[in-house]
Amino acid sequence: MSGPSKYIPQSGFEKWLDKRLPIIRFANDTLIDFPTPKNLNYWWTFGGILAIFLILQILTGIVLAMHYVAHVDFAFASIAHIMRDVNYGWLLRNMHMVGASFFFFAVYVHIFRGLYYGSYKEPREVLWGLGVIIFLLMVMTAFMGYVLPWGQMSFWAAKVITNLIGGIPFIGETIVTWLWGGFSVGQPTLNRFYSLHYLLPFVILGVVILHVWALHVPGNNNPTGVEVQDVEKETVPFHPYYTVKDGFAIVVFLMVYAWFVFYGPDLLGHPDNYIPANPQVTPAHIVPEWYFLPFYAILRAIDFDIFIIPAKFGGLAAMLGSILILLAVPWLDTSKIKSMRYRPWGRIAWFVFLANFILLGVCGFMPAEPPWTYIAKAATFVYFAYFLIVLPALGVIESPDMPPKSIADSIHPKADKSGAGNPVNVVVK
Amino acid sequence: MSDTSLNSTHEDGPTRRDMIHVATGAMMVGGGAMVAWPLVHQMNPAADTLAMASIEFDLATVPEGSQVKVMWRGSPVFIRHRTAAEIEQANKDDTATLRDPEANANRTKQADGSDGKAQYLIMEASCTHAGCIPVGVGENGYLGAFGGWFCPCHGSHYDTAGRIRQGPAPLNLIVPKYVYLSDTVVKIGV
Amino acid sequence: MRKLLTLSLISAAIFGAMPALASTGTAKLMSAEGSYEGMFGRFDRAQLQRGFQIYKEVCASCHSMKELHFRNLGEKYGPFYSPEHANPNENPVVKAIAKGYVIADVDASGNDVERAGLPSDRFPAPFASDAQAKAANGGVAPPDLSVITKARMGGADYIYSLMMGYGHAVPHGVVVGAGKSYNPYFAGGVIGMAQQLTDDRVTYADTEANKGIKPTAAQESRDIAAFLQWASDPHQTERKAAGLGVMLFLFVFALFTWFSYQSIWRKVEH
Repeated sequence: MSGPSKYIPQSGFEKWLDKRLPIIRFANDTLIDFPTPKNLNYWWTFGGILAIFLILQILTGIVLAMHYVAHVDFAFASIAHIMRDVNYGWLLRNMHMVGASFFFFAVYVHIFRGLYYGSYKEPREVLWGLGVIIFLLMVMTAFMGYVLPWGQMSFWAAKVITNLIGGIPFIGETIVTWLWGGFSVGQPTLNRFYSLHYLLPFVILGVVILHVWALHVPGNNNPTGVEVQDVEKETVPFHPYYTVKDGFAIVVFLMVYAWFVFYGPDLLGHPDNYIPANPQVTPAHIVPEWYFLPFYAILRAIDFDIFIIPAKFGGLAAMLGSILILLAVPWLDTSKIKSMRYRPWGRIAWFVFLANFILLGVCGFMPAEPPWTYIAKAATFVYFAYFLIVLPALGVIESPDMPPKSIADSIHPKADKSGAGNPVNVVVK
Repeated sequence: MSDTSLNSTHEDGPTRRDMIHVATGAMMVGGGAMVAWPLVHQMNPAADTLAMASIEFDLATVPEGSQVKVMWRGSPVFIRHRTAAEIEQANKDDTATLRDPEANANRTKQADGSDGKAQYLIMEASCTHAGCIPVGVGENGYLGAFGGWFCPCHGSHYDTAGRIRQGPAPLNLIVPKYVYLSDTVVKIGV
Repeated sequence: MRKLLTLSLISAAIFGAMPALASTGTAKLMSAEGSYEGMFGRFDRAQLQRGFQIYKEVCASCHSMKELHFRNLGEKYGPFYSPEHANPNENPVVKAIAKGYVIADVDASGNDVERAGLPSDRFPAPFASDAQAKAANGGVAPPDLSVITKARMGGADYIYSLMMGYGHAVPHGVVVGAGKSYNPYFAGGVIGMAQQLTDDRVTYADTEANKGIKPTAAQESRDIAAFLQWASDPHQTERKAAGLGVMLFLFVFALFTWFSYQSIWRKVEH
């Protein structure tokens, strides 16, 4: 859909450069002229919000790294030094810490938007897959970043999660020792987590570039899920139409972010992480950061052996599987209709899935005691059932509404309403 | 796309509408600058570094004819207790050809401009050429052609008042700002 | 927009409800009624000075504050800040406080020496090591107080409640060992620290700002809570002030972007 490039080099330098490295043409085609459906709603602005937060996290991270000390004896104190002595250190650290939370909030909205409007479907499977990889990398980056302050939660999160890898049959113990660089979480672990925490964001940036590239081949999906047919009528250039719309959403989002940065920097964190790491004392109630809670709940839900699979490995596999299963969604969803707007049952299922995801988050926060252990198991079942049962089955048994014939149609509804809005039978093989 | 062109019509006040975009753009630039400043300023010395910006030193611990180096702001400082002969030589050299002319008497002044003590020469131990530490008395090294300090890196010769006399260095050894808190205690860095 | 608002309300409700859902079974905290609470809250300098006095005269014999330096006391919004001495290292009050401490150091010749404190020195710790602290305090090391209000749910209110939480009847089933005390605000209810803040435990300086303020247990508890709240995050006043400007800026920025957006999309049906 990107079509032929509309870029015309103006100055002599631009013409000269365009023949050698068409980088201005590339920027122009992706950020300026890129034809974008007119009918995108606010849920589509989260892509831009995520781009801003990736940049913010990298920038604040680079400067924090100038003051942070990756040593078990000094890490905690170096954070105190940043908060107290470094010029604007308190601001930069709060921005980075709260930024991680907002980054994840935005990515969840972005993912759920994709699930609702069928943005993973043909021809966007690769775009979606790259997104899942970005999410996985984000999880790893955030996890290792949380270890760096070397508070009680840092230490015990590192210990608990790495220990689980030991559950992998045969090679688990070897991998864990390799990961730790010792016989427990310690100095080598902290140092390598720091190195990787610095590296991974740039890997994310690289995959994001691929993600944007993969977006620009088929172009944006849109709330109707109907592909663009008439570029002239149905799209507008990305700039200024979507730069200004995304810009507005970004500023509003930044307002909420700023409130947390300046008035509640620790609201989203856990007080125990202000206690220096102590390998001799486990905190009474270990919880991960809020954005990991749903996956943590899935991990804890598998507290029983499944045939020959021990519970420890089962939990780890379920947690990883709950993210990796997203890669298969383009093929698990059998419906021919993209957008849940026109899928009455699919829409209900999506809302149930969203509510269930939040419920999983609550389960992850609660102590692993009844009734929460039962609720977590049920919610874990619902989570996987959505992908493995509901999405494949609904495509076959559901009678979707008729989507508009084109985006233009959805903007200018025809006088006679024949077709649009009425349920029709979908041909089933 | 044709009907959505921004330049198509300007029938209801083009200036006002354009002003909004200009203002929005200006705020974006302003906001960017607001974020940029903390990112830049964090590299300036932090409060703990600034707190160590001055030291106090008791000159009575330096015997006549010797020199000690004390650490100040991350670098050594020479504290040289000169002999009467060295002071005399330095005064005599006031009339010699100097690259960075300065009277010996001015080399021992306090930060407020009042006279310090002629026998105590306090200077940053950093050659003004490229920052190496010149060799002084008590280090079993060549003291240069003028009996003061000699920088082994690129061969700068300083006299007994720490003035550059020969070699590539452009300036005399820097005298940090200091004040006498008592007869023998100086505070370096004020 | 409506959907966004709904979404943010829902998430706010979830975040808000979570701590309540996870209450750990300790008693509900009493409020320290700090002037520093809320978006516009600011510290009362006289109260910070009283709080520091309590730390120095009462808490410091067992609790370290390793991340604090004497110079912090004279920093902007700190207890002894004075505009004439914007550089806290030059502040005579801070210098005098530091001078009152004996700091172990090593001199240029490598000898262990004891010297008077300087503003750049850290608050000296009462015990040389964690093991010593444990041995002297019935097996439990008194926690460092540098970031204590950040490290405890409830922050300053927790400190206030804990200080005021002595003297309750021990509930049935709770065993209070020798040298321990019952305190319903402490996790588990049994605390190694005996009651410290009682009426007239300290004598407040007779200054204009302290006029009419009596060193009751409640007053002392409020003051130490305020001091520890400041010490845990000395830039909080600056942070809140800056936040106001940033929020205002973003609000105006959002308005301009909105009008820009409306103007650009005016001609587009979507």
